[in-house]
Amino acid sequence: MKLTLRIWRQRNADADGAMSTYEVDGVSADMSFLEMLDTLNEDLILQGEDPVAFDHDCREGICGACSLVINGDAHGPERTTTCQLHMRSFHDGDTIDIEPWRAAAFPLVKDLVVDRSAFDRIIQAGGYVTAPTGAAPEAHATPVPKPDADFAFEHAECIGCGACVAACPNGAAMLFTSAKINHLNTLPQGAPERETRVLDMVAKMDEEGFGGCTLAGECATACPKGIPLVSITGMNKEWLRATRKAGGR
Amino acid sequence: MARTVWDSSVGKKTVMAVSGLIMLLYLVVHMIGNLKIFFGPGEFNHYAHWLRTVGEPFMHYEWTLWLIRVVLVVAVVAHATSAYQLSRRDLRARPDKYVHRKARTSYATRTMRWGGTILALFIVWHLLDLTTGTVHSGGFQPGHPYQNVVDTFSTWYGDVIYIVAMLALGLHIRHGFWSAAQTLGVGDRARDRALKTVANILALLLTAGFLAVPVAVMTGVVS
Amino acid sequence: MTYTEYVTGEPLVDQKAPAGPVDERWDRRRFEAKLVNPANRRGHTVIVVGTGLAGGSAGATLAEQGYHVVQFCYQDSPRRAHSIAAQGGINAAKNYRNDGDSVHRLFYDTVKGGDFRARESNVHRLAQISVEIIDQCVAQGVPFAREYGGLLDTRSFGGVQVSRTFYARGQTGQQLLLGAYQALSRQIAAGNIEMRARTEMLDLIVVDGRARGIVARDLITGEISSHFADAVVLATGGYGNVFHLSTNAMNSNATAVWRAHRRGAHFANPCFTQIHPTCIPRTGDHQSKLTLMSESLRNDGRIWVPKAKADRRPANDIPEAERDYYLERIYPSFGNLVPRDIASRAAKNVCDEGRGVGPGGQGVYLDFADAVRRMGRGAVEEKYGNLFDMYARITAEDPYTVPMRIYPAVHYTMGGLWVDYDLQTTVPGLFAIGEANFSDHGANRLGASALMQGLADGYFVLPATINDYLARHPGRDPVDDRHHVVQEVLAETEDRLNLLLAVDGDRTPDSFHRELGELMWEFCGMARSDSGLRKALERIPRIRDEFWRRIKVPGTGEEFNQSLEKANRIVDYLELAELMCLDALHRAESCGGHFREESQTPDGEAERRDDEFSYTAAWEFTGTGTAPVLHKEDLVFEYVHPTQRSYA
Repeated sequence: MKLTLRIWRQRNADADGAMSTYEVDGVSADMSFLEMLDTLNEDLILQGEDPVAFDHDCREGICGACSLVINGDAHGPERTTTCQLHMRSFHDGDTIDIEPWRAAAFPLVKDLVVDRSAFDRIIQAGGYVTAPTGAAPEAHATPVPKPDADFAFEHAECIGCGACVAACPNGAAMLFTSAKINHLNTLPQGAPERETRVLDMVAKMDEEGFGGCTLAGECATACPKGIPLVSITGMNKEWLRATRKAGGR
Repeated sequence: MARTVWDSSVGKKTVMAVSGLIMLLYLVVHMIGNLKIFFGPGEFNHYAHWLRTVGEPFMHYEWTLWLIRVVLVVAVVAHATSAYQLSRRDLRARPDKYVHRKARTSYATRTMRWGGTILALFIVWHLLDLTTGTVHSGGFQPGHPYQNVVDTFSTWYGDVIYIVAMLALGLHIRHGFWSAAQTLGVGDRARDRALKTVANILALLLTAGFLAVPVAVMTGVVS
Repeated sequence: MTYTEYVTGEPLVDQKAPAGPVDERWDRRRFEAKLVNPANRRGHTVIVVGTGLAGGSAGATLAEQGYHVVQFCYQDSPRRAHSIAAQGGINAAKNYRNDGDSVHRLFYDTVKGGDFRARESNVHRLAQISVEIIDQCVAQGVPFAREYGGLLDTRSFGGVQVSRTFYARGQTGQQLLLGAYQALSRQIAAGNIEMRARTEMLDLIVVDGRARGIVARDLITGEISSHFADAVVLATGGYGNVFHLSTNAMNSNATAVWRAHRRGAHFANPCFTQIHPTCIPRTGDHQSKLTLMSESLRNDGRIWVPKAKADRRPANDIPEAERDYYLERIYPSFGNLVPRDIASRAAKNVCDEGRGVGPGGQGVYLDFADAVRRMGRGAVEEKYGNLFDMYARITAEDPYTVPMRIYPAVHYTMGGLWVDYDLQTTVPGLFAIGEANFSDHGANRLGASALMQGLADGYFVLPATINDYLARHPGRDPVDDRHHVVQEVLAETEDRLNLLLAVDGDRTPDSFHRELGELMWEFCGMARSDSGLRKALERIPRIRDEFWRRIKVPGTGEEFNQSLEKANRIVDYLELAELMCLDALHRAESCGGHFREESQTPDGEAERRDDEFSYTAAWEFTGTGTAPVLHKEDLVFEYVHPTQRSYA
């Protein structure tokens, strides 16, 4: 099939950016979206033009590197990552708009590449269990009810891609932050740091310049791993609980 | 603790939720009171007078009413200030818009922001109209709310302002009640549907209850 | 002297391996190793390159011990290292199932599974540590699958008959990596680790015979800088991307290990690559990578091809009697669960016979019809749901109703930098852990053992052994940019990048990568022969020449430039590929993942030749395109006696 691509081009963080139009021909329905961009880039290189920069790595939907807003949707029309989106979701003659994640907390690096290190800093603020190597008790010492383990797992599935932030009209990182809090705060291993974790991570999230939640629900719709919107409710509950406990001390 | 709450985006949302629920509770009472208008000027005016004497003899004349007013003003100010500050933060967090826009992306958010602004303006007009009488059409008579209400809804603009505001109120409550539940952490997967239903019923009842009065005046049921 | 006329140098001896009973060696080594006083650790800087399971766990643990760690990754976040894509699980000899497992059995299975080309001491240590890894990960909050009683669930996994594999649905690698990443994050927040993301190591700095730092490029600004330390740890993964198409991440590369090799670290068993039997077949020339379908699928799926050649009927139209469940037929006791190398080769054989299915006949069926009948669709979904979804997304076929098509693909490299028992390379102060080293899997890695080895190295082995080196080199002789060696390494790196930019030819980096990959897959893939390897060895230098004449890299070096990154990685593939072919040529036996057509039993199984090749081949670099020097490390088997592997 033949497609028209309109892609956000911006040389670096300080330069001005704009949409540029490209034609690609001979696109197969079996190609992944990124393979389609690969063919465009091969052509651009041979024409002596700067290829389109975009983040990608595992190309199997798990590393969380790929991050394109396609026709206004984070990761495009299917509920998956950009790398797992295939061209059979498009039709011959389509015009496709490709833009980077947009959020103040994700400054642009080049073209479609943004800096998501704010997510790392949120995790650094408390998204861990303090369990120094070698200090662990026998794995079966603390049984974990299966429903709790499953609930924790479903939140631990977050790949940190940032689609939630890109889709949110407020550029909020609530879904990302709540996923980690729900994962760790549900498990007995995470209990000792339950309060400090949620308070510190939420404070860091605010500090990094992410917006607040207006429960528009776009984050959960965009999430390729299906983290539900009620994950945020769970975080709010944890936060209120922690605030009450902290206030009582 | 107050500092933690106010400084945090989650905390400020809590302030909005709590103040919103206080106002919602007040609106339910207010609406029930309004419906007394269907029982004639005597009962309606008597009810209005009773509002000033509630709690006597423990409370002095109008103390309870003023207490309620103070609580409401605090709630309104807290709600609006939080909303304003959170909106500012939200807009700052997303300075660049997408070239390819999607219509639906900020439906709820926009409804809440514009609806909230409309409601704030409405409250000012409503107080100047029926509490102080400053902008009242015709002669405002303190102590005769029945006649004042009929006067207001006998003007086309009074009806338009009121109807628009009540529709905005319905939409605001519809998202706001559910939203408050999420903010206060009481929602979960199992309860989500029930919460949405309650929010819809509340929004519908309040809108219908409040709109009954101007409609009654317009159709001559109340005059 | 041509490349194939290599000479054999001094034999290599692992100086650190302790003697004595195999189950006491690790204790003994830890006791004999010198320690660094906790108060002095802060004064030691350790560079860790890579943040996968090995690098992430090592960085976190070294920082916990009090060392100052500077850690690098090319990804935008340490959480994205390719360990994250591992699906199936992690082995541990916990024997929670009471099914006869033990440390000794895991040790035995791993040595045998590796076709007797791994060191007994290392493998035994790995089996011992395996149980501690599970404890550690559970304590970190890794949400492993659990039974209703709240205890951990396990399953059996490719090539073993006990259920010792712990898992978290089909995302075990992700969950273990996030555990390590979170431990790393805690140390970054505490100020014990300086994390440099989007920074790629381009060379190693060796001063006075010791590794003292690295040269790295900031991928955003393009700035090339030097970083110094008392020891350097490479945790940069394997080199499967030499083949262009593999299950590795697009940016996984061999530059760190190859540059270290060029600076004096011997490269061991480079031809030992693992071809994973269950990957989604390629669909066309646009293919950029191959996607693995977890081996766990072989627990319930049945592999077959039509009995007749070129049978083009849809799978469901082929009656039972006309299907050949070839693994169950040839290997009745292991059936579909034979080790990876055997399953892969069997798939190749049936496809070579013309019985392959799908486009180009490069595929076999993995059928879940029986499993759905037996367990019900719900149970199959619970176990494999996410894998089925992934398959359906990529192929637009529903694996619940139509058999999956699978084909082998390059997956893992058992070879890597030669390390001693302490995981130190032949360059003092340079350590290699995880897939980057060669140490534990011999000629074939068992399923669910990569995660085990990465975490064993990072959490437990390296943090214990690196002390010994640091204690002996208290680091009172700082180096900086003014040192002439550093100046030279910086200049060489800049020259190399500038040259890539200056050629301005007419071929893209990817076209060279594809050409090399196809060559390697054909001649150094699932089956290798003397004549094929010689052909490849003739062609690789020609591709390399052409590369330096015709490569086109747009843009400049002082900016974010993904084409430059890629071209620079291909420079190293073009040298490493040559060494892989040479190693494959010299090892005129079949063992594990290395199958030489000349060395097979009458019924077509791999034939090992212990009398000639019971050694690790460690190659010493002498120059680009010039014959390397072979150093042999003899393998001694005291506990598991080499037998011809049999899974029949």
